[in-house]
Amino acid sequence: MSPGPAQALAEGFPDLSGLAVARRMRWGRWTAALLIVLALLALARAFANGQIEWSYVGRFLTVPAILDGIINTVVMAVAAMALGIVLGVVVAIMRLSPNPVLRAVAGGYTWLFRGTPVILQLLLWFNLALVFPVIGVPGLWSGRAVDLMTPFLSALLGLGINQGAYTSEVMRAGMLSVDVGQYEAAQAIGMSHLRALRRIILPQAMRVVIPPLGNEFISMVKMTSLASVIQYPEVLHSAENIYYANSRVIELLIVAGIWYLAVVSALTPLQMLLERRFARGLTGNSG
Amino acid sequence: MTVEPAPGVPLAFDPDSLAIAMIGVHKWYGAFHVLRNINLDVRRGERIVICGPSGSGKSTLIRCINRLEEHQQGSIVVDGVELTADLKRIDTVRRDVGMVFQQFNLFPHLTILENCTLAPIWVKKMPKREAEELAMRLLTRVKIPEQAGKYPGQLSGGQQQRVAIARALCMNPKIMLFDEPTSALDPEMVKEVLDTMTGLAQDGMTMIVVTHEMGFAREIADRVVFMDNGEIVEINAPKEFFENPQHERTKLFLSQILH
Ligand SMILES: Nc1ncnc2c1ncn2[C@@H]1O[C@H](COP(=O)(O)OP(=O)(O)OP(=O)(O)O)[C@@H](O)[C@H]1O
Ligand SMILES: [Mg+2]
Repeated sequence: MSPGPAQALAEGFPDLSGLAVARRMRWGRWTAALLIVLALLALARAFANGQIEWSYVGRFLTVPAILDGIINTVVMAVAAMALGIVLGVVVAIMRLSPNPVLRAVAGGYTWLFRGTPVILQLLLWFNLALVFPVIGVPGLWSGRAVDLMTPFLSALLGLGINQGAYTSEVMRAGMLSVDVGQYEAAQAIGMSHLRALRRIILPQAMRVVIPPLGNEFISMVKMTSLASVIQYPEVLHSAENIYYANSRVIELLIVAGIWYLAVVSALTPLQMLLERRFARGLTGNSG
Repeated sequence: MTVEPAPGVPLAFDPDSLAIAMIGVHKWYGAFHVLRNINLDVRRGERIVICGPSGSGKSTLIRCINRLEEHQQGSIVVDGVELTADLKRIDTVRRDVGMVFQQFNLFPHLTILENCTLAPIWVKKMPKREAEELAMRLLTRVKIPEQAGKYPGQLSGGQQQRVAIARALCMNPKIMLFDEPTSALDPEMVKEVLDTMTGLAQDGMTMIVVTHEMGFAREIADRVVFMDNGEIVEINAPKEFFENPQHERTKLFLSQILH
């Protein structure tokens, strides 16, 4: 062992290595902790003594209307996110394609849907009948837009298509993060462009995009609450309906809040599972 | 083996003896003239070693042969098929030409076996079982059948490069391109890869190898090509090339590389 720099410096000085280091009291830390605990206690007291009937929160947490609402929230979040991911992958591939027409279309889509508020897009889809009373494929099939554009379908299209615009940028970054040598190796063994994307590039991009997509999915769970404005019966909409009848506004908002927290908390372990699945072969020797 | 001439391509050479014909090939990157008037014929079964200083265009030249790069002037005919923008022809050529890269470029998310079976299954539509048998045969040939279930990241550099060779061989190519296959390897692993390549050469594979392993060139090459500044400066049999180089630039290069 060669002497480290510290030892070299210490030459000619008394040997201090045997002495214990005195711990300095960290007054700042203790004060901060104390202040925070006091603040929390004050907050808890305020809520306990405030105009909140906690028994109502407990009672309404599991009523059928709320449970249906949270199921609808989860169904919508999953469906819209799925649509968003499919669109995102397609648009990302278009944006990275050598074809300028595809690139322009993809760029226009991202620009349009990222540039307008989601709530406006939801209202547009829901009111599509005002623009196109009848929609369909000429000669094959058609229907009245009022019947077709149910709250579910409007919310799915509004949230999913908007999500696609954001997801496409995440996917594009993920695909660009894969070494170009991977694509060349795929080409060299004769794989077509699309097959190389499907088998080589996308699986490796997934590892990079799952953390940001997890984030996006959490946003999506909460964004479904916007669909209450177009009568989609998600959990916030159910809570509102109940408090219109019984005036327990805060209690029901707390109920909805608890459910959002529960769903979002359940997503974290799910994300970790997915991350492990796509990290196969790419981290150390874990296999 | 019969060679079908591609439709509309006049055969300016004897298809039974020429594997690759490059005639007056030029390439530019923007304003930068990276390949200048390349003329090179490679016979079937011939082993060509390409050397030259860094940036002289060696990689670019061999990457033009399987169209990883596009040339702008002249013609390249591979196994009777002239390379144009036509995707069908590019496909045909890529099925016949295997390539091994300096950085291996194995697919890190797939096992060794899956790396090898990918192209037979998806490009050649071979049944999975058959592709796996083929892959195991070739992994045995490069002497690492026991690694089939591992991921590339778990193998040494030399083993990875041998997998890369096996992966290319799984497509049963007629021509193999190697771009500095041993440059990224620790010295003690160079030999195992060179031995694998020597084995291939002895089995009669047509090979173009960019390398600075002059021992390998001397032993295996039929001809050595020296490139500088985007041009082929000299082509000669290895004995002549090393003992009696014709051009000043070749002499300078050899004096730098052989101590
Ligand atoms: N995509 C590109 N765009 C612009 N210039 C490029 C590109 N690829 C290569 N070049 C340039 O072309 C020249 C030839 O590159 P090439 O990789 O063929 O050289 P090389 O002989 O293989 O060198 P090395 O021994 O370093 O691998 C270099 O000057 C390089 O900088
Ligand atoms: Mg090179």
